[in-house]
Amino acid sequence: MVEQVKIMRSQLGRARGLGAARAGTEHWIAERVSAVALVPLSVWFIVSLLSLLGAEQRDVAAWVRHPFNAAMLLALILATFHHAQLGMQVVFEDYVHGPQRRTAIVLAVKGAALLLGLLAALAVAKLYLSPDFVAAPGTPTAPSP
Amino acid sequence: MVELALPKNSRVTRGRTFEAPPNAKHIKNFKIYRWSPDDDENPRLDTYKLDLDRVGPMVLDALIYIKNEIDPTLTFRRSCREGICGSCAMNIDGGNTLACLKPTADIKGAVAIYPLPHMPVIKDLVPDLSTAYAQLQSVQPWLQADSPPPPDAERPQSPGERAALDGMWECILCYCCTTSCPSYWWNGDKYLGPATLLAAYRWIADSRDENTGARLDALEDPFKLYRCHTIMNCTQTCPKGLNPAQAIAAIKQMLAERRS
Repeated sequence: MVEQVKIMRSQLGRARGLGAARAGTEHWIAERVSAVALVPLSVWFIVSLLSLLGAEQRDVAAWVRHPFNAAMLLALILATFHHAQLGMQVVFEDYVHGPQRRTAIVLAVKGAALLLGLLAALAVAKLYLSPDFVAAPGTPTAPSP
Repeated sequence: MVELALPKNSRVTRGRTFEAPPNAKHIKNFKIYRWSPDDDENPRLDTYKLDLDRVGPMVLDALIYIKNEIDPTLTFRRSCREGICGSCAMNIDGGNTLACLKPTADIKGAVAIYPLPHMPVIKDLVPDLSTAYAQLQSVQPWLQADSPPPPDAERPQSPGERAALDGMWECILCYCCTTSCPSYWWNGDKYLGPATLLAAYRWIADSRDENTGARLDALEDPFKLYRCHTIMNCTQTCPKGLNPAQAIAAIKQMLAERRS
């Protein structure tokens, strides 16, 4: 019944802990800035996708080759993954306890976001750098209906 | 990880029932959380059937009636019985409030009464708030100024400066808000919680205080302050009608402002 007392440090000492990290404000601001940036970027992306509905691959590639569209796509990717990883970090900090486990999971989330973001950016770069579609000599073209 | 279920020794079991007197006309059931540190038993929910004609209008009146007339072992804190001491803060009908300010007639069906959520229980409805009190102490909730006060008067304050403290000086530190906050439940060892942050902002907003920067420094922390995700339970539950969430938002705004 009687448990051995393990902590005799005062409540005030525990409440003060290691002191304030003097951090968190940048994170808080970045969350909001990226959220605001995502509003016009998402609207532009959805409208563009709708206008490309049913387009041929070569037309989509040509659309991405336009510098403005490629820049907007890269901005969208940056804002999306940055915002997502900021938000996920908060969620895991809320629910995962223990500094080692928390750090490991937060690092994994940030790594995954970075990797997925890079993959998405590379996909855009690949389309952007792809040559104008020219049928290679000898390639059979689709028969016209 | 977060505990989604109560630990085994905290599961609440069905308790005893205390019947109303035979001639009672208006019977109301009070289901009250009971736990004693003196035995190895799990907490239980005791039912007291009260004759409302013999009991005062507030939930605290019912608790005092039970303790005086039915079951002297029922343990709870109370003092002023008029909403200014903050002692009788508890979870009534699913929300944190002061038993002395909560009319029994406002509650439909049985009146469920638990201690403030997610705090260690000392006995029955008495929670251990010593961590929360220490967190309050850690933000140094008192005037700090290097300029000496006028030799023959108090430190002056304009009506506008004084008005900035409205909605904060009224806090009675009952901790209804802090113990209603999920962020405080999950990270209460580090997150200061709405009551303490409101108290901190009360001094940040005070025109007579000269330590604003140091106060903001002490709060600027991902856990001490930024665990607040504007869930708003604090503001919704405050029995004094205050808005701790607004105070926390003001602190965040000042921290952002001093970087821009």
